Amino acid sequence: MDDKHRGCQATSQASVENRRRVFRLVAGIAAGMTTRIALADDEAQILVGDRLVLHTTEGAPVALRPADVRPNKVVLAFPFDPATRKIRNESRLSKILLVRGDEAKMDEETKKRAAGGVLAFSSVCTHAGCDVNAWMAKTSKLLCYCHSSQFDPYDSGKVADGPAPRPLPWLAIKLEGEELVVAGPLSAPPGAPA
Amino acid sequence: MSTNRNFKYLLGALLLAPMTTMAADYAPVTDARLKNPEPGNWLMYRGNYAGWGYSPLKQVTSSNAKDLAVAWSFTTGLQEGHQSPPIVNNGYMFVTTPGSQVIALNAKTGEEIWRFKKELPKELLQLHPTNRGVALYGDKVYYTTLDTFLVALDAKTGKKVWESKIAEWKNGYYTTVAPLAVKGKIIVGISGGEMGIKGFVKAFDAQSGNEAWAFSTVASPGEPGGDTWPADTSKNGGGGTWVTGTYDPETNLTFWGTGNPGPWPIDGRTGDNLYTTSVVAIDVDSGKLKGHHQYHWRDAWDWDEVSAPLLIDTEIGGKKVKTAVHAGRNGYLWVLERTKDKMNFLTAHKYVEQDVFTAIDPKTGRPTYDPAKIPGKGPTTFCPSLWGGKDWIPEAYNPDTGLFYIPATNNLCAELPAAEEDLSYTPGGLFIGYPIPDVLGSLRVGKNASRNIGEVQAWNLKTGKQVWNHAYKSINWGPLLTTGGNLVFGGGTTDRMFRAFNATTGAVLWEHPTPSGVTGIPTSYEVDGVQYVAVQSGWGVDAQRMQGGLDAATNTKTNVPQGGTVMVFKLKK
Repeated sequence: MDDKHRGCQATSQASVENRRRVFRLVAGIAAGMTTRIALADDEAQILVGDRLVLHTTEGAPVALRPADVRPNKVVLAFPFDPATRKIRNESRLSKILLVRGDEAKMDEETKKRAAGGVLAFSSVCTHAGCDVNAWMAKTSKLLCYCHSSQFDPYDSGKVADGPAPRPLPWLAIKLEGEELVVAGPLSAPPGAPA
Repeated sequence: MSTNRNFKYLLGALLLAPMTTMAADYAPVTDARLKNPEPGNWLMYRGNYAGWGYSPLKQVTSSNAKDLAVAWSFTTGLQEGHQSPPIVNNGYMFVTTPGSQVIALNAKTGEEIWRFKKELPKELLQLHPTNRGVALYGDKVYYTTLDTFLVALDAKTGKKVWESKIAEWKNGYYTTVAPLAVKGKIIVGISGGEMGIKGFVKAFDAQSGNEAWAFSTVASPGEPGGDTWPADTSKNGGGGTWVTGTYDPETNLTFWGTGNPGPWPIDGRTGDNLYTTSVVAIDVDSGKLKGHHQYHWRDAWDWDEVSAPLLIDTEIGGKKVKTAVHAGRNGYLWVLERTKDKMNFLTAHKYVEQDVFTAIDPKTGRPTYDPAKIPGKGPTTFCPSLWGGKDWIPEAYNPDTGLFYIPATNNLCAELPAAEEDLSYTPGGLFIGYPIPDVLGSLRVGKNASRNIGEVQAWNLKTGKQVWNHAYKSINWGPLLTTGGNLVFGGGTTDRMFRAFNATTGAVLWEHPTPSGVTGIPTSYEVDGVQYVAVQSGWGVDAQRMQGGLDAATNTKTNVPQGGTVMVFKLKK
């Protein structure tokens, strides 16, 4: 974390800092790393407890609810800190896609990650970093517009077609009240290989 | 000096010899050399300012091309579309690759001299992971990067001298274009037409990297042409310029092709949308527009007309004329007259299946459209496809045969559904206006697609007639080279072949399978009296995208392996 980020967080509450540390640690374990890695400007920041907001939002964030995610349409979102209302949109790597799933098609593991029928993934394609922003209704696959990589939301984001080398990282979410809330770290670091 | 010291000196000299010999030989690239490039070198994107893709070398000819063999090859270690021409100056070869890398090679042996890698942001998205080459000027090498910088490198060492930001990648701007070096300026274009950019051509000072001028390809309100965009639609009007321009030293004008307007549905942008899908003639000193011609107005079909016209002095109808010739993505071969302050329409020939234009005004060249072929209201089919009769891949002109060569894709069409109703602009986001699955699945086969799709066409500009046509079952994404040896070279097919044609007859004289598919620009050069033909093999980007669409439309699966290789050929001894 650089000084700029520290500055940004000067007003954050201690609980937020704690949650950040937990995320970093968990994300590090998820990525197979044994040491904690400092976050740079262009790294994902998605913390447990974050709410989600439409990615185009400027100004005060309004937390997304399951009803905001319509069938057959991908919603792109950024996390935001519920305490400070700060939207974590400094990096594209924090961008999340939400899609309404069919609960009948979800296995138990998938159901555990879903909230109100909504599934969440990193929106950043693991091939060349574009936004996975389209839903193929006929085949129930997520589609990247850049090079047609396809991912299966009912199979942990596994690559279904195209050049992507690894699955789209999934994100467990839950409901608090009617709001969608981040319940765990991304399953893997987001984005394309360096 | 002691014997020991002598020995050390000698050893040091021997160790340094290969590099220092190479470095000492680098010949600075002057304006005079760029105006009249020596036959043995390939100093710029298309070999000369006129954009011909022509090498006068004639050691390899239509008589002996069958004896071509690999001189050396070099793997770049990278995936995706390898499109850049091997550019050669005095034994140094420079290629660029996906991932914004530049590699300097010994043009005779393929030995790597240096490699420069731009560190790209981790969060960068790469819609078109490719690069189309370097520009040489003085003792420097210039190229553009996916995160939208112009970078100047020392030609001998590959060390960065400076970098200048061209535009903000986070707002959808990116660069893949090979720069154009003219009179102390390095001129670049821009990509991002599908991401709501406002296109431009910019010039930078070759020494300092400071911006010298910028010309917007999308006219703003209050400017000439500004009334062709309603309200504030010009702000995100597209008009990319992602293929290198040509240059006429006599008039000091540089000619750039411009991309489609955005977003694709036309309802919001009534008007001609100047200067998209046009050629613009810009004064190199001032950056001012001196002439333009819009190939088709208010584009609705994603037909970027980014290829710069080839500047050819010829005869049309028995009259000598200075022309600017462009094989349009819209399926017509456009022949314009270029003057110091105007571009005049002369003639246009349909060169692939095209069912959108019902007429072309004989005086102005303005096409009339079939209203049923304008997408947006509901499912609409049209030909050619989104990739057009010819996408970015360059044509070639041979002054010996007098023929103009087009790497064409024929007999493919497209279908688009009703436009999206809730499109809004987001900085750095896609700004197309149709559902993505429908765009990626838009390709339709035309009525003659089973006969052939890819073509290499030769046209006689004086008569306006097609002289020969070599047809492929495969699509064709192969840029062309033509030479003084009565040859045309090109790849571009899914069988990974690189071929030599008889430039006069179109007969295939030689072909060689390469590791991947060839979408790179071929060049030719000479070292120590030997002529070489060089090209990068490396399938990807839109060739792959189009083949994916064709596979979906025909329920087939075509595998063209990825991975870049510089292939260099010479005659067998």
